[in-house]
Amino acid sequence: MRDVAIVGVGLTKFGERWSSGLKELMAEAGIMALEDAKITSNDVEMLYGGTMAPGRFTGQEHVAALMADQLGFKNIPAVRIENACASGGSALRQGYIAVASGIHDVVVVGGVEKMTDVTSSEASTALGGAGDQEWELFQGITFPGLYALIANRHMHDYGTTEEMLASVAVKNHDNAVKNQFAQFRKKITIDEVLNSKIVSDPLKLLDCSPISDGAAAVVLVPLEKARKFNDTPIKIVASAQATDTLRLAERDSITELKATKIAAAKAYEQAKVQPKDINVVEVHDCFTIAEILAMEDLGFYQKGKAGKAILDGETALNSKLSVNTSGGLKGCGHPVGATGVKQAVEIVWQLRGDAKDRQVNGANVGMTHNVGGSGSTAVVHIYKRAD
Amino acid sequence: MSGIVGYGAHVPIYRIKTEDIARIWGEDAESIKKGLNIKEKSVPSRDEDAATIAVEAARRAVKHAGIKATEIGAVYVGSESHPYAVKPTATVVTQAIEAGNKVMCADLEFACKAGTAGIQMAMGLVDSGMIKYGMSVGSDTSQGRPGDALEYTASAGGAAFIIGKNDVIANIIKTVSYTSDTPDFWRREGASFPSHGGRFTGEPGYFRHITGATKMLFEETGLKPSDFDYAVFHQPNGKFPINVSTQLGFDMKQIEPGLLTPIIGNTYSGSSMLGLAATLDIAKPGQKILVTSFGSGAGSDSFAIEVTEGIESKRSRLDLVRSIIEKHKKYIDYSEYLKDRDSIKKT
Amino acid sequence: MERSSASLWRKIRSRYNLVGNTCENCNANYFPPRIVCRNCGRKSKMVEKQYKGDGEIYSFTKIRVPPDTFKDEAPYDIGIVKLEEGPMVEGHIIENGIEPKIGGKVRVRFRKMYVDGDEGLIYYHYKFEQIG
Repeated sequence: MRDVAIVGVGLTKFGERWSSGLKELMAEAGIMALEDAKITSNDVEMLYGGTMAPGRFTGQEHVAALMADQLGFKNIPAVRIENACASGGSALRQGYIAVASGIHDVVVVGGVEKMTDVTSSEASTALGGAGDQEWELFQGITFPGLYALIANRHMHDYGTTEEMLASVAVKNHDNAVKNQFAQFRKKITIDEVLNSKIVSDPLKLLDCSPISDGAAAVVLVPLEKARKFNDTPIKIVASAQATDTLRLAERDSITELKATKIAAAKAYEQAKVQPKDINVVEVHDCFTIAEILAMEDLGFYQKGKAGKAILDGETALNSKLSVNTSGGLKGCGHPVGATGVKQAVEIVWQLRGDAKDRQVNGANVGMTHNVGGSGSTAVVHIYKRAD
Repeated sequence: MSGIVGYGAHVPIYRIKTEDIARIWGEDAESIKKGLNIKEKSVPSRDEDAATIAVEAARRAVKHAGIKATEIGAVYVGSESHPYAVKPTATVVTQAIEAGNKVMCADLEFACKAGTAGIQMAMGLVDSGMIKYGMSVGSDTSQGRPGDALEYTASAGGAAFIIGKNDVIANIIKTVSYTSDTPDFWRREGASFPSHGGRFTGEPGYFRHITGATKMLFEETGLKPSDFDYAVFHQPNGKFPINVSTQLGFDMKQIEPGLLTPIIGNTYSGSSMLGLAATLDIAKPGQKILVTSFGSGAGSDSFAIEVTEGIESKRSRLDLVRSIIEKHKKYIDYSEYLKDRDSIKKT
Repeated sequence: MERSSASLWRKIRSRYNLVGNTCENCNANYFPPRIVCRNCGRKSKMVEKQYKGDGEIYSFTKIRVPPDTFKDEAPYDIGIVKLEEGPMVEGHIIENGIEPKIGGKVRVRFRKMYVDGDEGLIYYHYKFEQIG
């Protein structure tokens, strides 16, 4: 096994990208990543494309080949990775494995989703495919509905409040204001969250991540060759993934995501670090309750304690632990297939010291956490500066 | 002869008051309440139809009977609001009670008496030895045209009866039918609402057939009104059954236990069967019950029933009709009623 | 979304009657039925089990922004119900005037899940009613 480093990153602005289709988005992020790594299309040996439901959103399948085609990666092998909202993180892990194994030296991992070419209700139905079609979606149980079921029980068991949920959205919008790639560069208040339209009790519109267009890309190479491409390569020190039942109701517990706990435990072991060593983390806040679960299941807080800590500001930028400096899924936007790759892009910028207004002071160890469905897939990566 | 082994009922929780309908059409609620003897009617929720009501009633009947559903050899569902024009309601019921595949099964339609026709068919199969138990369900979510007099009464509900020879709670002493081709009420294929002959539905329709069948039953059994402890007549409104019972020589005390229309409306195929179920809820061994249904078009089925000792041991498994009606009652207004009945035009 | 009639039919016993299964090896109860026992893996033998339909609400929510197929039904209550026999099951909680609550006792009911337009199939299903 070889050590693997990220030497190039690219990202599009997330949001309602009316003038860009799937191809334009992929090309925009891809070219930026190649330029960042100072390579050309001809240097790329393998492509992994993370995307959840391009067929449902745009009618386009076979997206990895299309991505390779559009970026001029002539005749290289390309594979689409689909793991619902964890498609991006899962693609990153496949790219990591391909380089670590010694099979490929220069691998591009892309993530993309073009979601606004269909109505929002069609988009929601497509996203519903991440759950169990036969038993959850069949009964009209939406994703906000599943996370609301989690939230209600979490509130019942641990005293988590709607204000605590709202504080996640407020913090992430605060961070998004400082991110030029973010969909919502606008501060919001707890009252605004609490007074927004209820989607699925207790979750309101501003507890939910938006429907977004966007793409992200990273270039992976063996660490030993990384300095040829970039002065500050970022080493992937852990890549771990786990699954759980597709149906929420069948889990051993619905107030934790066991897949997150298992993936995190493996990642900490691989990286030989502990939660207290992490300086900056991008977690999967598809709904505000999801960030509270992530903070607990990744080991940063005891079960039931994260809500209050977030409300108290402990996870704001440059406080105890900087969480979702990009704005998270809530503030930066959530083009599902792109999200997991975008998280890696943000951590690379943070560890390089390139995060500008939202730079975390002394960021040396970063983490990304990408979830698919209601917790059926979780992918955790840990990163360190290589110098 | 075969008898009743068990029964079950279901009435949706929603109610609309006569006043709320009268107000929309500028009618005088008090005179309608008095004229039709109806306070309020049941309305199905959006997720209920004649099939779901039939299933709820059928499941209660199986529980009450204390038999295995797989012992039921025939399932008939009578309704004038079968959810499908083609595809049986009875197969939904058969599947939902887990009766297995060895079942004779059909949907029946005879306006408000299809369910009692099903009881007669089940009796024939049981008495001939072709099946051990047969089930007949009368279930409807009937519709009255907005603004029509029927709108005050057309309601939703159903009852299921299991017929057999073993372990009966009541013997059916005799059943007869009185039938003629009388166009008092009809609904053409594809039409949303029924049409009717106004006052023609009364004397030549309801009264002629009910008295015809009931008198035929008296003749064939030698029984007379005073031999019966209770009587149930089809209840298109709260007035007709009282009038017909008086004409036939019954008094209010005999019909009161089974008179449900004033509080739930006319449940069509469910009407006389729910009335019988509510009467059996309070009947004692040895008591006799007369039931005469009526279906427009037209016909009446009349039954002479005698309650057995068996009724007592099964009582604990009963969901009483009046408690089903009173529990969780929820009033809706006319606009909610329109939405529930899918009557709001969107295109 | 349009579904094939076969997709309704093949799960009809589970949808109508909460028919799940039990692993004969470890006695774990499942709903919906599983092909492979989560505890035992391939060595398990799964036998059919029909649940009574009594249980209590473990969590619930009111869905106010529904998928297209349910657009006329919203808002509607959804619960995760812990059946007496063990399995947790998602399902609708029908309206009966009592607001759902965690710990509320429920009983199974039979209702329409949704109707496919004016000409398509009617999908019947179990739902739960809170009774106390």
